[in-house]
Amino acid sequence: MHSLILSTSSRYLLVLLQLFSVFLLLRGHNEPGGGFAGGLVAAAAYALYFIANGVEEARRVFRFEPLTVVVAGLGVALVSTLPSILGGMEFMQSVWVKTGIPVIGKVGTPLLFDVGVYLLVLGITLKIVFSLAGEDEV
Amino acid sequence: MRNPSLLFLIITGFAVSAIAPYLYRLLKVRFVWFGVAFPLALFTTFMLRYPHVASGVPVRESWSWVPSLGLDLSFMLDGLSLTFAMLVTLIGAAVFLYASVYLRHYEEADRFFGFIGMFMTSMLGVVLADNMLLLFLFWELTSISSFLLIGFNHHAATSRASALKALLVTGAGGLALLAGMLLLGSVTGSFEISSFYAMNDLITSHRLYPAIVALILVGAFTKSAQFPFHFWLPDAMAAPSPVSAYLHSATMVKAGIYLIARFNHEIGGTALWQDTILVAGAATMIFAGLLSYRQSDLKRLLAYSTLSVLGTLVMLLGIGSKLAIKAFFIYLIAHSLYKGTLFLVAGTLDHETGTRDVGKLGGLWKAMPVTAVTAALASFSMMGVIPLIGFIGKETLYKAVLEVQPWGQALIVLAVAASAFLVVVTFLVGFRPFLGKPRPELQKVHEAPVAMLVGPFILAFSGLMLGLFPDFFVGHLLEASSVSILSERLGIEIELWHGFNLVLLLSFVTLLAGVGLYLLRPIALSRMEGLHLPGLIKPSIWYEEALSGMLRFAAWLTSSLQNGDLRRYLVVIIFSALIPASLMLFSTGGFSVTLPADLSVTPYEIALTVIIVLATALLLTSDSRLKAIVSMGVLGFGVGIIFIIYGAPDVALTTFAIETLNVILFVLVLAHLPKFTKRSRATGRLRDGLIAASAGIFMTLTVLQVTSTDLSSRLKEYFGNASLPDGHGRNVVNVILVDFRALDTLGEITVLAIAAIGVFALLKLRTGKTD
Repeated sequence: MHSLILSTSSRYLLVLLQLFSVFLLLRGHNEPGGGFAGGLVAAAAYALYFIANGVEEARRVFRFEPLTVVVAGLGVALVSTLPSILGGMEFMQSVWVKTGIPVIGKVGTPLLFDVGVYLLVLGITLKIVFSLAGEDEV
Repeated sequence: MRNPSLLFLIITGFAVSAIAPYLYRLLKVRFVWFGVAFPLALFTTFMLRYPHVASGVPVRESWSWVPSLGLDLSFMLDGLSLTFAMLVTLIGAAVFLYASVYLRHYEEADRFFGFIGMFMTSMLGVVLADNMLLLFLFWELTSISSFLLIGFNHHAATSRASALKALLVTGAGGLALLAGMLLLGSVTGSFEISSFYAMNDLITSHRLYPAIVALILVGAFTKSAQFPFHFWLPDAMAAPSPVSAYLHSATMVKAGIYLIARFNHEIGGTALWQDTILVAGAATMIFAGLLSYRQSDLKRLLAYSTLSVLGTLVMLLGIGSKLAIKAFFIYLIAHSLYKGTLFLVAGTLDHETGTRDVGKLGGLWKAMPVTAVTAALASFSMMGVIPLIGFIGKETLYKAVLEVQPWGQALIVLAVAASAFLVVVTFLVGFRPFLGKPRPELQKVHEAPVAMLVGPFILAFSGLMLGLFPDFFVGHLLEASSVSILSERLGIEIELWHGFNLVLLLSFVTLLAGVGLYLLRPIALSRMEGLHLPGLIKPSIWYEEALSGMLRFAAWLTSSLQNGDLRRYLVVIIFSALIPASLMLFSTGGFSVTLPADLSVTPYEIALTVIIVLATALLLTSDSRLKAIVSMGVLGFGVGIIFIIYGAPDVALTTFAIETLNVILFVLVLAHLPKFTKRSRATGRLRDGLIAASAGIFMTLTVLQVTSTDLSSRLKEYFGNASLPDGHGRNVVNVILVDFRALDTLGEITVLAIAAIGVFALLKLRTGKTD
């Protein structure tokens, strides 16, 4: 079943939802949101796109292999622990840098860690969705 | 020039091993030079320290590593360590040189050099470490590199099985060793071996002493293949010959012996310690000698004779007299040199002729003159013929054994018999392939490449030089080593010639007996044909049984816990949460509910409740899966709204996202499920209903109980106050997740990643089946 309206609107929704998910990720430290919710929203955006346009198209738009994104997320989360190790502090003690950039504000290892969580959740969800959806074609 | 620190040597060793595979691919044939230069450079640094150490002053170094565990990077180089370090690096140089040619036609030769470099460095670590935990670390690394090297021909199932066997046996011993070390550490309050020197009385009188001895000896006996843990060593011959020469005769299998020697004066000196190692050593010595008699494979012959010698060395430590330590020391050096050589010679024969069966080899001395001379030199040393170092070793061994009271007479018979079996092995490996008429099927055989000749020859020649000038080469080392083992100097000179006496007579008897046994061997073998040892007395059978028993148990456990029925999993999960939790709920402090004073409800709360209850009813009565899924989604969103109402927007947001994705995933799965039918009977549904109801009632009661108790926990307050100043965030939930309790989150996301791989694998498995 192919719906032209859904297919067209999903293109715009994909971008909007992705922006929203990044917004959730960044504001998570002060307002409701965070890496987990952000990652889920981003995954839902691609899921919507897949429902409208089919799994192959969704895979193409996503570009990366989901498992690679999972590994990248875990990697980013682990990298965020490095400053505390190298600085000789307690493991995973937070380190903050004042950037002075508006919107983003202060950047620190917890934010980096949250980015890792975001990527990991996105990757895992899409891996499951794509694998289940891809089964039909096999 | 200042000597590099020991830590630097170890780190360099690991670094060089890591890049060795790439260098090999890059340099190919020219890798030979690098392969020799690396161990030789290490050997040189140890040589430079020789005068210092031989004068009786050990080199010490210490860096702090993990102080909370008592794990420091502390090293000590004394006479005993130096002896081992020089053997490891010298034989290492010969083996590297040899292997770079020997392995030329192996597909994965590049890896080999990484593994063997890692082994050499770890072995150096074992003999240099002063901290017990550090020693254990290197000890395990040698087991792992041994595993990788035995299984190097990993295409062959027997190689893999042998590698696993060696790993399991030495690994289990390693665990015992760790336990022993921890006990020892708790008794002494320190993990530095050198700090135990003055504590012998304290340790040996402690009530944990027998446990310490037992555990440490299990570690040492498994590593050095003492009876009844000997069976992994002959199978380890599946490794390429350079590995057998290096790990499984000259160095690694001596790690256990090193350990006994190292701990001898700290925890030894008691009847328990001395007698245990004496008996185990003597038993290994004689049984291995007997078992070697019927072997016909070059490498297995050498393996059993190695076992026998390892037993002899352990027995000498058990005797523990000054003379015995002297014999131990000389015998150790002699064995490493000649056995390393003979294994390499066996490898050369295998390489050039394609067989290792002694029955098929003969008359090769013309074709392979250098190999023949090398083999002869090493063989004379092994047989104990004057003037090689092996001769001094055996003379001193006999002298030490004769001194033993009250079993000296019995032990000497065993020692002579075991030595006679060694003579038989020497004839079979060192002489028989070269002597006799040239065989027609071996016409085309020619001498090995130079790189494969130099190493073995130097090792064999060292045996001669050490025999001719023993005091010059090893005298000082012996003195310094005995300080480490016995804490006193020996004051005995090493001499080649002791005059005509009983010991010399015994040497002749040994040789004659050996020749006799060799000549009788064909007859004896034909008599023994069809004779099998009963399985009960073979420790290798115990190993097989234990291993397969464990696997059967694991299979039974898996199939009974994970039978694939999702309903059963649910029941197990629910009840294992419910039962202990409700026991807690209703036992401690009693169950009491005080309802809040204000019980008024708002209209939208009523509406929400109605929606949730209706969705649940629809879910239970639906006749299609799609309806069920949708109503479950409705239910989930209803719960999410409750979160919003009660001020948990974070949880609500996540719930919404999850519910949405859940519905999508369910719909995707739906396509693969068979047509929906009501399969469960009324009784089944009643049971499920009861389970669900008990879970629900439990949760309700818990919530009521929790809300009516005064929560005196100050966590909420703490996190609320600390969130902004310490975590730089106003969203307490998020700050807790990514900052205060970030380690928990890290663990959780790791589990998630693993789960994703699991899901992927399961789906792949399914598609694989349908293909």
